[in-house]
Amino acid sequence: MLADYSILLISAILVNNFVLVQFLGLCPFMGVSNKLETAMGMSMATTFVLTLASACSNLTYHFLLQPLGLGYLKTISFILVIAVVVQFTEMVVRKTSPLLHRVLGVYLPLITTNCAVLGVALLNLNKDHNFLQSLFYGFGAALGFSLVLVLFAAMRERLNVADVPQPFKGAAIGMVTAGLMSLAFLGFAGLV
Amino acid sequence: MVEFISQFPLLAALLALVGLAAVFGALLGFAAVRFKTEGNPIADQINDLLPQTQCGQCGYPGCRPYAEAIADGEAINKCPPGGEAGIQALADLLDVEPIPLDEEHGEENVRSVAFIREAECIGCTKCVVACPVDAILGAAKQMHTVIVSECTGCDLCLEPCPVDCIDMIPEQESLQNWHWKLPDPVSRELDIIATDAHAAATDRDVEAA
Repeated sequence: MLADYSILLISAILVNNFVLVQFLGLCPFMGVSNKLETAMGMSMATTFVLTLASACSNLTYHFLLQPLGLGYLKTISFILVIAVVVQFTEMVVRKTSPLLHRVLGVYLPLITTNCAVLGVALLNLNKDHNFLQSLFYGFGAALGFSLVLVLFAAMRERLNVADVPQPFKGAAIGMVTAGLMSLAFLGFAGLV
Repeated sequence: MVEFISQFPLLAALLALVGLAAVFGALLGFAAVRFKTEGNPIADQINDLLPQTQCGQCGYPGCRPYAEAIADGEAINKCPPGGEAGIQALADLLDVEPIPLDEEHGEENVRSVAFIREAECIGCTKCVVACPVDAILGAAKQMHTVIVSECTGCDLCLEPCPVDCIDMIPEQESLQNWHWKLPDPVSRELDIIATDAHAAATDRDVEAA
Protein backbone atom coordinates (compact mmCIF):
# COMPACT_ATOMS: atom_id res chain seq x y z
CA MET A 1 0.00 0.00 0.00
CA LEU A 2 2.63 2.47 1.12
CA ALA A 3 4.98 1.18 -1.55
CA ASP A 4 2.29 1.72 -4.20
CA TYR A 5 1.86 5.34 -3.22
CA SER A 6 5.58 6.06 -3.01
CA ILE A 7 6.02 4.54 -6.47
CA LEU A 8 3.17 6.74 -7.72
CA LEU A 9 4.92 9.79 -6.23
CA ILE A 10 8.37 9.00 -7.62
CA SER A 11 6.91 8.17 -10.99
CA ALA A 12 5.11 11.53 -11.12
CA ILE A 13 8.13 13.50 -9.86
CA LEU A 14 11.00 11.98 -11.82
CA VAL A 15 10.08 9.31 -14.36
CA ASN A 16 7.01 10.94 -15.88
CA ASN A 17 7.98 14.49 -14.97
CA PHE A 18 5.23 16.72 -16.27
CA VAL A 19 7.46 19.38 -17.74
CA LEU A 20 10.46 17.56 -19.11
CA VAL A 21 9.00 14.20 -20.07
CA GLN A 22 5.32 14.88 -20.80
CA PHE A 23 5.87 18.49 -21.94
CA LEU A 24 2.95 19.95 -20.00
CA GLY A 25 3.05 23.35 -18.31
CA LEU A 26 5.82 24.64 -20.53
CA CYS A 27 4.60 28.26 -20.52
CA PRO A 28 5.29 28.96 -16.84
CA PHE A 29 8.44 26.84 -17.17
CA MET A 30 9.85 29.29 -19.71
CA GLY A 31 7.93 32.35 -18.54
CA VAL A 32 8.59 32.65 -14.82
CA SER A 33 12.00 31.01 -14.59
CA ASN A 34 13.99 34.22 -15.00
CA LYS A 35 14.33 34.76 -11.27
CA LEU A 36 14.77 32.13 -8.61
CA GLU A 37 12.52 34.01 -6.21
CA THR A 38 9.54 34.14 -8.55
CA ALA A 39 10.13 30.53 -9.53
CA MET A 40 9.84 29.56 -5.86
CA GLY A 41 6.60 31.53 -5.53
CA MET A 42 5.18 29.91 -8.65
CA SER A 43 6.21 26.45 -7.43
CA MET A 44 4.48 26.86 -4.10
CA ALA A 45 1.31 28.22 -5.67
CA THR A 46 1.25 25.43 -8.26
CA THR A 47 1.84 22.71 -5.67
CA PHE A 48 -1.08 23.93 -3.63
CA VAL A 49 -3.50 24.34 -6.52
CA LEU A 50 -2.50 21.20 -8.42
CA THR A 51 -3.05 18.94 -5.42
CA LEU A 52 -6.38 20.53 -4.56
CA ALA A 53 -7.64 20.70 -8.15
CA SER A 54 -6.65 17.08 -8.76
CA ALA A 55 -8.73 15.94 -5.80
CA CYS A 56 -11.67 18.22 -6.60
CA SER A 57 -11.92 17.19 -10.24
CA ASN A 58 -11.81 13.56 -9.16
CA LEU A 59 -14.79 14.20 -6.88
CA THR A 60 -16.65 16.12 -9.58
CA TYR A 61 -16.22 13.30 -12.06
CA HIS A 62 -17.18 10.45 -9.76
CA PHE A 63 -20.09 12.13 -7.99
CA LEU A 64 -21.60 14.31 -10.69
CA LEU A 65 -20.56 13.43 -14.24
CA GLN A 66 -20.38 9.65 -14.01
CA PRO A 67 -23.80 9.07 -12.35
CA LEU A 68 -25.44 11.28 -14.98
CA GLY A 69 -23.53 9.62 -17.83
CA LEU A 70 -21.94 12.91 -18.84
CA GLY A 71 -18.34 11.72 -19.17
CA TYR A 72 -17.92 13.74 -22.35
CA LEU A 73 -18.27 16.96 -20.34
CA LYS A 74 -15.20 16.23 -18.27
CA THR A 75 -12.85 18.73 -19.95
CA ILE A 76 -15.11 21.74 -19.60
CA SER A 77 -16.16 20.79 -16.06
CA PHE A 78 -12.53 20.38 -15.01
CA ILE A 79 -11.66 23.80 -16.40
CA LEU A 80 -14.51 25.19 -14.32
CA VAL A 81 -13.33 23.31 -11.23
CA ILE A 82 -9.73 24.50 -11.65
CA ALA A 83 -10.75 28.12 -12.14
CA VAL A 84 -12.91 28.01 -9.03
CA VAL A 85 -10.24 26.29 -6.92
CA VAL A 86 -7.70 28.91 -7.94
CA GLN A 87 -10.03 31.81 -7.22
CA PHE A 88 -11.15 30.37 -3.92
CA THR A 89 -7.57 29.66 -2.84
CA GLU A 90 -6.57 33.19 -3.72
CA MET A 91 -9.34 34.69 -1.59
CA VAL A 92 -8.63 32.46 1.38
CA VAL A 93 -4.88 32.99 1.24
CA ARG A 94 -5.26 36.74 0.91
CA LYS A 95 -7.38 36.84 4.03
CA THR A 96 -5.67 34.26 6.19
CA SER A 97 -2.01 34.79 5.28
CA PRO A 98 -1.16 38.10 3.63
CA LEU A 99 2.51 37.15 3.79
CA LEU A 100 2.02 34.01 1.70
CA HIS A 101 -0.25 35.99 -0.62
CA ARG A 102 2.54 38.49 -1.13
CA VAL A 103 5.03 35.71 -1.93
CA LEU A 104 2.69 33.98 -4.37
CA GLY A 105 1.49 37.30 -5.79
CA VAL A 106 0.28 37.28 -9.36
CA TYR A 107 1.32 33.65 -9.90
CA LEU A 108 -1.68 32.26 -8.09
CA PRO A 109 -4.32 33.43 -10.62
CA LEU A 110 -1.93 32.59 -13.47
CA ILE A 111 -2.16 28.89 -12.63
CA THR A 112 -5.68 28.76 -14.04
CA THR A 113 -4.12 28.64 -17.49
CA ASN A 114 -1.40 26.14 -16.59
CA CYS A 115 -2.07 23.11 -18.79
CA ALA A 116 -0.34 20.77 -16.32
CA VAL A 117 -3.26 21.26 -13.92
CA LEU A 118 -5.83 20.19 -16.49
CA GLY A 119 -3.42 17.49 -17.68
CA VAL A 120 -3.23 15.90 -14.24
CA ALA A 121 -7.01 15.93 -13.85
CA LEU A 122 -7.50 14.19 -17.20
CA LEU A 123 -4.63 11.74 -16.71
CA ASN A 124 -6.15 10.75 -13.35
CA LEU A 125 -9.22 9.59 -15.27
CA ASN A 126 -7.24 7.79 -17.95
CA LYS A 127 -5.31 5.89 -15.31
CA ASP A 128 -8.46 5.11 -13.27
CA HIS A 129 -7.04 6.60 -10.08
CA ASN A 130 -9.21 6.61 -6.97
CA PHE A 131 -9.48 9.68 -4.75
CA LEU A 132 -6.34 9.09 -2.70
CA GLN A 133 -4.31 8.10 -5.75
CA SER A 134 -5.45 11.28 -7.53
CA LEU A 135 -4.34 13.32 -4.54
CA PHE A 136 -0.89 11.71 -4.53
CA TYR A 137 -0.52 11.88 -8.29
CA GLY A 138 -1.42 15.59 -8.27
CA PHE A 139 0.98 16.26 -5.43
CA GLY A 140 3.77 14.31 -7.16
CA ALA A 141 3.19 16.13 -10.42
CA ALA A 142 3.37 19.44 -8.57
CA LEU A 143 6.59 18.45 -6.79
CA GLY A 144 8.11 17.44 -10.11
CA PHE A 145 7.06 20.73 -11.65
CA SER A 146 8.53 22.67 -8.71
CA LEU A 147 11.79 20.74 -8.80
CA VAL A 148 12.32 21.38 -12.50
CA LEU A 149 11.21 25.01 -12.33
CA VAL A 150 13.54 25.85 -9.45
CA LEU A 151 16.47 24.01 -11.03
CA PHE A 152 15.88 25.75 -14.34
CA ALA A 153 15.51 29.19 -12.74
CA ALA A 154 18.78 28.74 -10.86
CA MET A 155 20.50 27.76 -14.10
CA ARG A 156 19.04 30.73 -15.97
CA GLU A 157 20.29 33.10 -13.30
CA ARG A 158 23.79 31.81 -13.95
CA LEU A 159 23.26 31.92 -17.71
CA ASN A 160 22.28 35.60 -17.51
CA VAL A 161 25.81 36.52 -16.47
CA ALA A 162 27.57 33.88 -18.54
CA ASP A 163 29.44 34.66 -21.73
CA VAL A 164 26.84 33.33 -24.19
CA PRO A 165 27.38 33.92 -27.92
CA GLN A 166 25.20 36.79 -29.17
CA PRO A 167 22.71 34.77 -31.31
CA PHE A 168 22.01 32.39 -28.41
CA LYS A 169 21.32 35.01 -25.77
CA GLY A 170 18.04 35.00 -23.82
CA ALA A 171 15.29 32.56 -24.73
CA ALA A 172 17.45 30.61 -27.21
CA ILE A 173 19.96 29.41 -24.65
CA GLY A 174 17.01 28.80 -22.31
CA MET A 175 15.48 26.42 -24.86
CA VAL A 176 18.80 24.64 -25.36
CA THR A 177 19.16 24.27 -21.60
CA ALA A 178 15.62 22.95 -21.27
CA GLY A 179 16.33 20.41 -24.00
CA LEU A 180 19.46 19.20 -22.22
CA MET A 181 17.56 18.96 -18.94
CA SER A 182 14.88 16.94 -20.69
CA LEU A 183 17.53 14.57 -22.02
CA ALA A 184 18.94 14.23 -18.52
CA PHE A 185 15.51 13.39 -17.13
CA LEU A 186 15.13 10.66 -19.75
CA GLY A 187 17.77 8.90 -17.67
CA PHE A 188 15.10 8.20 -15.07
CA ALA A 189 13.07 6.13 -17.56
CA GLY A 190 12.78 2.57 -16.34
CA LEU A 191 13.39 3.53 -12.73
CA VAL A 192 9.84 2.52 -11.81
CA MET B 1 -39.51 15.59 -13.92
CA VAL B 2 -36.62 13.10 -13.69
CA GLU B 3 -38.15 11.04 -16.50
CA PHE B 4 -38.58 14.10 -18.62
CA ILE B 5 -34.95 15.06 -18.16
CA SER B 6 -33.69 11.55 -18.83
CA GLN B 7 -35.51 11.62 -22.17
CA PHE B 8 -33.35 14.55 -23.24
CA PRO B 9 -29.66 13.89 -22.52
CA LEU B 10 -28.86 17.39 -23.78
CA LEU B 11 -31.06 18.85 -21.06
CA ALA B 12 -29.33 16.76 -18.41
CA ALA B 13 -25.93 18.00 -19.59
CA LEU B 14 -27.15 21.56 -19.62
CA LEU B 15 -28.62 21.30 -16.15
CA ALA B 16 -25.50 19.62 -14.78
CA LEU B 17 -23.21 22.35 -16.09
CA VAL B 18 -25.52 25.16 -15.03
CA GLY B 19 -25.89 23.54 -11.62
CA LEU B 20 -22.12 23.16 -11.28
CA ALA B 21 -21.58 26.77 -12.31
CA ALA B 22 -24.29 27.98 -9.91
CA VAL B 23 -22.80 26.04 -6.98
CA PHE B 24 -19.31 27.32 -7.72
CA GLY B 25 -20.60 30.84 -8.22
CA ALA B 26 -22.36 30.70 -4.87
CA LEU B 27 -19.18 29.35 -3.25
CA LEU B 28 -17.08 32.15 -4.69
CA GLY B 29 -19.68 34.73 -3.78
CA PHE B 30 -19.72 33.43 -0.22
CA ALA B 31 -15.91 33.46 -0.12
CA ALA B 32 -15.80 37.02 -1.46
CA VAL B 33 -17.99 38.17 1.44
CA ARG B 34 -16.49 35.91 4.09
CA PHE B 35 -12.83 36.63 3.20
CA LYS B 36 -13.17 40.28 2.36
CA THR B 37 -9.94 42.26 2.79
CA GLU B 38 -9.59 45.92 3.63
CA GLY B 39 -7.04 48.33 2.26
CA ASN B 40 -5.21 48.38 -1.01
CA PRO B 41 -2.71 45.51 -1.23
CA ILE B 42 -0.96 47.07 -4.26
CA ALA B 43 -0.26 50.29 -2.35
CA ASP B 44 1.09 48.17 0.52
CA GLN B 45 3.47 46.36 -1.81
CA ILE B 46 4.64 49.62 -3.39
CA ASN B 47 5.12 51.11 0.06
CA ASP B 48 7.35 48.18 1.00
CA LEU B 49 9.60 48.91 -1.98
CA LEU B 50 9.97 52.63 -1.22
CA PRO B 51 12.99 53.46 0.95
CA GLN B 52 10.88 54.89 3.83
CA THR B 53 13.08 57.97 4.15
CA GLN B 54 9.89 60.07 4.42
CA CYS B 55 11.92 62.84 2.77
CA GLY B 56 9.14 64.26 0.62
CA GLN B 57 11.37 64.80 -2.40
CA CYS B 58 8.71 63.21 -4.58
CA GLY B 59 6.30 66.01 -3.73
CA TYR B 60 4.14 63.88 -1.44
CA PRO B 61 4.17 64.18 2.35
CA GLY B 62 5.81 60.77 2.78
CA CYS B 63 6.39 57.34 1.31
CA ARG B 64 2.92 55.98 2.04
CA PRO B 65 1.08 58.81 0.20
CA TYR B 66 3.46 58.44 -2.75
CA ALA B 67 2.80 54.67 -2.78
CA GLU B 68 -0.94 55.33 -2.93
CA ALA B 69 -0.37 57.86 -5.73
CA ILE B 70 1.65 55.29 -7.71
CA ALA B 71 -1.15 52.77 -7.23
CA ASP B 72 -3.44 55.38 -8.82
CA GLY B 73 -1.13 55.85 -11.80
CA GLU B 74 1.53 58.37 -10.70
CA ALA B 75 4.97 58.10 -12.37
CA ILE B 76 7.40 55.75 -10.62
CA ASN B 77 10.55 57.87 -11.14
CA LYS B 78 10.17 60.52 -8.45
CA CYS B 79 12.06 58.87 -5.62
CA PRO B 80 15.75 59.88 -5.52
CA PRO B 81 16.64 57.93 -2.34
CA GLY B 82 15.34 54.74 -3.95
CA GLY B 83 17.44 55.44 -7.03
CA GLU B 84 17.61 53.34 -10.20
CA ALA B 85 17.35 50.13 -8.18
CA GLY B 86 14.13 51.35 -6.59
CA ILE B 87 12.64 52.28 -9.95
CA GLN B 88 13.62 48.89 -11.32
CA ALA B 89 11.93 47.12 -8.39
CA LEU B 90 8.77 49.21 -8.86
CA ALA B 91 8.78 48.51 -12.59
CA ASP B 92 9.07 44.78 -11.89
CA LEU B 93 6.20 44.90 -9.42
CA LEU B 94 3.88 46.91 -11.65
CA ASP B 95 5.07 45.26 -14.86
CA VAL B 96 5.92 48.52 -16.63
CA GLU B 97 9.06 49.72 -18.37
CA PRO B 98 11.63 51.24 -15.99
CA ILE B 99 12.16 54.97 -16.73
CA PRO B 100 15.11 57.16 -15.73
CA LEU B 101 14.97 59.11 -12.48
CA ASP B 102 13.15 62.44 -12.76
CA GLU B 103 15.86 65.11 -12.30
CA GLU B 104 13.32 67.63 -10.96
CA HIS B 105 13.01 65.69 -7.73
CA GLY B 106 16.72 65.40 -7.02
CA GLU B 107 19.62 63.13 -7.84
CA GLU B 108 20.51 59.72 -6.57
CA ASN B 109 23.22 59.81 -3.92
CA VAL B 110 25.16 57.16 -2.15
CA ARG B 111 23.19 56.20 0.91
CA SER B 112 24.42 58.40 3.72
CA VAL B 113 23.68 59.22 7.34
CA ALA B 114 23.70 62.58 9.11
CA PHE B 115 26.51 63.33 11.55
CA ILE B 116 26.43 66.24 14.01
CA ARG B 117 29.78 67.86 14.88
CA GLU B 118 28.96 67.97 18.54
CA ALA B 119 31.56 70.57 19.49
CA GLU B 120 29.84 73.14 17.26
CA CYS B 121 26.24 72.25 18.14
CA ILE B 122 24.48 75.01 20.05
CA GLY B 123 21.49 72.91 21.12
CA CYS B 124 18.79 74.81 19.24
CA THR B 125 16.63 71.67 18.62
CA LYS B 126 15.73 72.89 15.11
CA CYS B 127 17.07 69.71 13.52
CA VAL B 128 15.17 67.58 16.04
CA VAL B 129 11.94 69.16 14.85
CA ALA B 130 12.85 68.75 11.18
CA CYS B 131 13.74 65.06 11.37
CA PRO B 132 10.86 63.01 9.91
CA VAL B 133 11.89 59.78 11.63
CA ASP B 134 12.92 61.12 15.07
CA ALA B 135 16.49 59.98 14.60
CA ILE B 136 18.03 63.01 16.33
CA LEU B 137 18.42 62.94 20.07
CA GLY B 138 18.84 66.12 22.11
CA ALA B 139 17.23 68.80 24.23
CA ALA B 140 17.40 72.61 24.33
CA LYS B 141 20.91 73.94 25.16
CA GLN B 142 22.24 70.36 25.10
CA MET B 143 24.28 69.04 22.21
CA HIS B 144 22.39 66.77 19.81
CA THR B 145 23.40 63.55 18.22
CA VAL B 146 22.09 61.24 15.49
CA ILE B 147 20.90 57.70 16.06
CA VAL B 148 22.69 56.12 13.10
CA SER B 149 20.44 53.06 12.82
CA GLU B 150 17.35 55.28 12.58
CA CYS B 151 18.70 57.92 10.18
CA THR B 152 17.37 57.52 6.65
CA GLY B 153 19.75 60.01 5.04
CA CYS B 154 17.01 62.38 3.83
CA ASP B 155 19.17 65.49 4.63
CA LEU B 156 16.12 67.48 5.79
CA CYS B 157 18.06 68.44 8.93
CA LEU B 158 20.82 70.28 7.04
CA GLU B 159 18.61 73.21 6.06
CA PRO B 160 17.35 74.36 9.49
CA CYS B 161 20.74 74.11 11.28
CA PRO B 162 21.83 77.73 12.05
CA VAL B 163 25.52 76.84 12.55
CA ASP B 164 25.81 74.27 9.75
CA CYS B 165 27.29 71.64 12.04
CA ILE B 166 25.61 68.65 10.33
CA ASP B 167 27.49 66.59 7.75
CA MET B 168 26.14 63.84 5.54
CA ILE B 169 28.65 61.01 5.56
CA PRO B 170 28.39 57.95 3.30
CA GLU B 171 27.25 54.85 5.08
CA GLN B 172 29.98 52.39 6.03
CA GLU B 173 29.76 48.93 4.52
CA SER B 174 28.57 46.56 7.21
CA LEU B 175 27.02 43.13 7.58
CA GLN B 176 23.56 44.71 7.40
CA ASN B 177 23.94 46.42 4.04
CA TRP B 178 26.53 44.30 2.27
CA HIS B 179 25.41 42.75 -1.02
CA TRP B 180 26.91 39.94 -2.98
CA LYS B 181 28.39 41.43 -6.12
CA LEU B 182 27.30 39.75 -9.32
CA PRO B 183 30.15 38.66 -11.55
CA ASP B 184 31.02 41.02 -14.37
CA PRO B 185 29.22 39.74 -17.51
CA VAL B 186 32.11 40.47 -19.84
CA SER B 187 34.84 39.04 -17.66
CA ARG B 188 36.47 35.95 -19.10
CA GLU B 189 38.52 35.09 -16.09
CA LEU B 190 35.65 33.99 -13.90
CA ASP B 191 35.22 30.67 -15.70
CA ILE B 192 31.50 30.46 -15.05
CA ILE B 193 31.05 27.95 -17.82
CA ALA B 194 33.64 25.71 -19.37
CA THR B 195 35.61 27.55 -21.99
CA ASP B 196 38.58 26.54 -24.08
CA ALA B 197 39.67 30.13 -24.63
CA HIS B 198 42.39 29.81 -22.02
CA ALA B 199 43.68 26.54 -23.47
CA ALA B 200 43.65 28.01 -26.98
CA ALA B 201 45.66 31.02 -25.81
CA THR B 202 48.22 28.72 -24.16
CA ASP B 203 48.47 26.68 -27.37
CA ARG B 204 49.17 29.83 -29.37
CA ASP B 205 51.89 30.80 -26.92
CA VAL B 206 53.46 27.36 -27.26
CA GLU B 207 53.33 27.57 -31.08
CA ALA B 208 54.81 31.08 -31.05
CA ALA B 209 57.66 29.86 -28.86
